[in-house]
Amino acid sequence: MSVMLRPTDIGELCDLVAAFAGKDDRLCLRGGGSKDAIGAPTPDVTVVDMRGFSGVVDYDPPELVLTVRAGTPLAEVQALVAAENQMLAFDPEGLGTTIGGVIAAGMAGPLRLTRGGVRDHLLGFEAVSGRGERFVAGGKVVKNVTGFDLSKLMAGSWGRLAALTEVTLKVVPRPQLQQTLLLRGLDPAAAVAVMASALGTPAELSAAAHLAWHGEPVTALRLDGFAPSVAARRAMLARDALAALEPIDDDEGDALWDAVRHVRPLASAPILWRIVVAPSKAPGVIIALPGAAWLLDWAGGLLWLASDSDPADIRRVAEAGGGHAMLVRGDTALRGAVSAFHPRSPALTALETRVRRAFDPAGVFETGRF
Amino acid sequence: MSLCMPEPDAGVLARRAEIVAAMRAIVPGEGVIDHADGLRPYETDGLTAYRQPPLVVVLPETVAQVAAVLRWCRDHAVKVVPRGAGTSLSGGALPLADGVLLGMAKFNRILHVDYADRIAIVQPGVTNLAISRAVEDEGFYYAPDPSSQIACTIGGNVAENSGGVHCLKYGVTTNNVLGVELVTIDGEVLRLGGQGLESAGLDLLGLVVGSEGLLGVVTEVTVRILPRPETARALLIGFPELEGAGRCVGEVIAAGIIPAGMEMMDRAAIHAAEAFVNVGYPLDVEALLIVELDGPAAECAHLIEAVARIAEANGASSIRASSDDTERIAFWAGRKAAFPAAGRISPDYFCMDGTIPRRRLPDVLARMKLLSEQYGLGVINVFHAGDGNLHPMVLYDANVPGQLELAEAFGADILRLCVEVGGVLTGEHGVGVEKRDLMPAMFSAIDLAQQVELKHAFDPAALLNPGKVFPTLHRCAELGQMHVHGGKLPFPDLPRL
Ligand SMILES: Cc1cc2nc3c(=O)[nH]c(=O)nc-3n(C[C@H](O)[C@H](O)[C@H](O)COP(=O)(O)OP(=O)(O)OC[C@H]3O[C@@H](n4cnc5c(N)ncnc54)[C@H](O)[C@@H]3O)c2cc1C
Repeated sequence: MSVMLRPTDIGELCDLVAAFAGKDDRLCLRGGGSKDAIGAPTPDVTVVDMRGFSGVVDYDPPELVLTVRAGTPLAEVQALVAAENQMLAFDPEGLGTTIGGVIAAGMAGPLRLTRGGVRDHLLGFEAVSGRGERFVAGGKVVKNVTGFDLSKLMAGSWGRLAALTEVTLKVVPRPQLQQTLLLRGLDPAAAVAVMASALGTPAELSAAAHLAWHGEPVTALRLDGFAPSVAARRAMLARDALAALEPIDDDEGDALWDAVRHVRPLASAPILWRIVVAPSKAPGVIIALPGAAWLLDWAGGLLWLASDSDPADIRRVAEAGGGHAMLVRGDTALRGAVSAFHPRSPALTALETRVRRAFDPAGVFETGRF
Repeated sequence: MSLCMPEPDAGVLARRAEIVAAMRAIVPGEGVIDHADGLRPYETDGLTAYRQPPLVVVLPETVAQVAAVLRWCRDHAVKVVPRGAGTSLSGGALPLADGVLLGMAKFNRILHVDYADRIAIVQPGVTNLAISRAVEDEGFYYAPDPSSQIACTIGGNVAENSGGVHCLKYGVTTNNVLGVELVTIDGEVLRLGGQGLESAGLDLLGLVVGSEGLLGVVTEVTVRILPRPETARALLIGFPELEGAGRCVGEVIAAGIIPAGMEMMDRAAIHAAEAFVNVGYPLDVEALLIVELDGPAAECAHLIEAVARIAEANGASSIRASSDDTERIAFWAGRKAAFPAAGRISPDYFCMDGTIPRRRLPDVLARMKLLSEQYGLGVINVFHAGDGNLHPMVLYDANVPGQLELAEAFGADILRLCVEVGGVLTGEHGVGVEKRDLMPAMFSAIDLAQQVELKHAFDPAALLNPGKVFPTLHRCAELGQMHVHGGKLPFPDLPRL
């Protein structure tokens, strides 16, 4: 049985972490718990529920900067910025998630292709290290190179370095108009080629994905911006031999991108892999793993793969494409046997371990999950 | 107030001949420089107030040589300072008397360009501009554009996480780099990141970008390239009051417009620039704003009007929109000449680099004016207005005894002021030696210790670029300040932003 603790102020959290580190015990940080089923099962661990750190600290829309406590629900953050006609540019998914969990999971949606990921929008933070010490890094302005960029490490750290208590994010204006254009019936290689050529024009796409949608393969390109600009950029794409692009209405477009963001076409697949490769390599990965269901986001650079092939084969194929594969869904047995993260070289693993120790010398956040 | 650097290790100095011989065994021929005349060009970087010839200069040509040099230096406890083109404005590439200066200039090849995946793989000594030149025929460019781009190297850009006037819309170096090859002080060759958008595991790439040569030596860089926008147009807007200009910047962004660049100059900067280049800047204004918009022609036309309306509503006294590229470039000419223009009105100047929340601009400029009176030194301001990155130039004359020290103190007060209003010590030039001792103004001892722990995870004996970034010196040697006077700066041909 897991024990659950819920600190609400930073002093309490510092004491808690210091006490556990001193006893050589382990703590698992949890936001909304939506990603509990990622990584190896960890039955006997003490869970720290971070939702006690909730609320907005500072938000000044014209500065494009937002500071919130890490346990604030993502939905609340998104509603707050939407009310000012702004958005989180990394386009996160997540029902029931916290902003800290989203950041620690480093998961970004379709707009990541052109607007950057979590790493690109976390400007600074306050956290408690494995020593039980409060520290800050980064800043609260959009441009800053003072000291090491620890925000990059915290994005995608999966609770292994420090407990985020407050985060400062860069936000961006919400586009006035979004238009989604479709091509139908392409195979993955043709789709990736089309997406690459569209991204090679100055039409400035914001997102590009290829998926099975209402039973047929569609290649979806998205243009965001002011109305005259979207019209001009659509004309630009047509000029570049993508004349068959067919606009779909806004609701349909929203539904499509929502499906991509949440990988809905693969929602019921028992095993799900997240493979990041150079876009041109994605079709090769698909061909090498026959029988898999898949969805391509980021113009092919992100391949969601539902496949019961041998995990070693999947990882070998991803690596051959210059990429890596993360196991994000699987039953307990699979997750117990196969590490969630793609294995790194021994030298890199050793360096990562030293980096983790730099935050957490006693390994208090090392639950064995990853 | 002179610069303190780690006291040179007498043992290392005594072993100089042995160290030079060991370097020659690794890098044959012209690649090792040890005579005094040959060392002189390396004794400073873009922060010319501080100078120190290195123990020896080593210019490797292969990754294996870099690895062997680093491993040898680790085994023999010799410090190493990496160097690109030496344009750092914070003294990041300042040599150490007892250290090897590892110049990466010979790593100057573009290895691979992939237009389908929109990436370029280059060696670290390739200049920033050379990347854009290499891909321009296909209609692409590399977006981060520091104004030193004809000289500075991509390796230096990675180390400093450099920005440029277009980074408001396109991001700084870290947002445009996908992978690096890094050689650690142990001589281990690591690949961080790759050709995809995200790394497996911890984002060590993100940590290395902006680490100022303290974590390893970058031997290869994979960058994203972008298609060049169809058009670019600029607005030149004069304001009778600073507040109006500040509000205009905020409202442009609040309207959902992210210009490619948005630069501000104060009265002193406008007058200095206009006297230097005569491009027709209005002289009866307190602030001048240059707003550049890029994209399809229809988008530029639409946004030019929208920005002009916002400017008018905030009391702009003059608004001009460029009708062609010649005019657009003319708008920029004065801004780009701000540094040499400062050099004409003052024998010497320091260029500062703090960032503030934009809303605090009028307040910060008013207090800077008070400080200027208090110190009896002039200051002129150019400003990356879109992202709040200030570049105040503190004017002084090093030939007047005491003025250099006054200028240093004035500059430090400006940076403390940036931190006090919620900003930071450096927006793009790096901490280096220049802001090292100010780090405690922004970070607690625990915050800094956390960063130093990371440094030790890469470099436990602190042999890579010591004395930079972290104020951890117990014993130190005072560095002589042989100031270059009367505008005789290195890189005289570079536009200065
Ligand atoms: C006139 C002028 C204008 C400038 N304008 C801008 C501007 O608009 N925006 C901006 O951001 N900066 C600007 N700068 C600052 C400077 O050009 C940048 O910081 C640049 O990135 C430094 O590159 P470099 O090759 O000259 O590096 P160097 O000065 O040689 O080194 C800078 C740092 O990088 C490290 N380093 C260099 N190469 C490597 C490597 N291969 N591996 C590991 N570490 C390495 C060095 O140790 C040092 O700490 C300007 C400078 C000048 C002189």
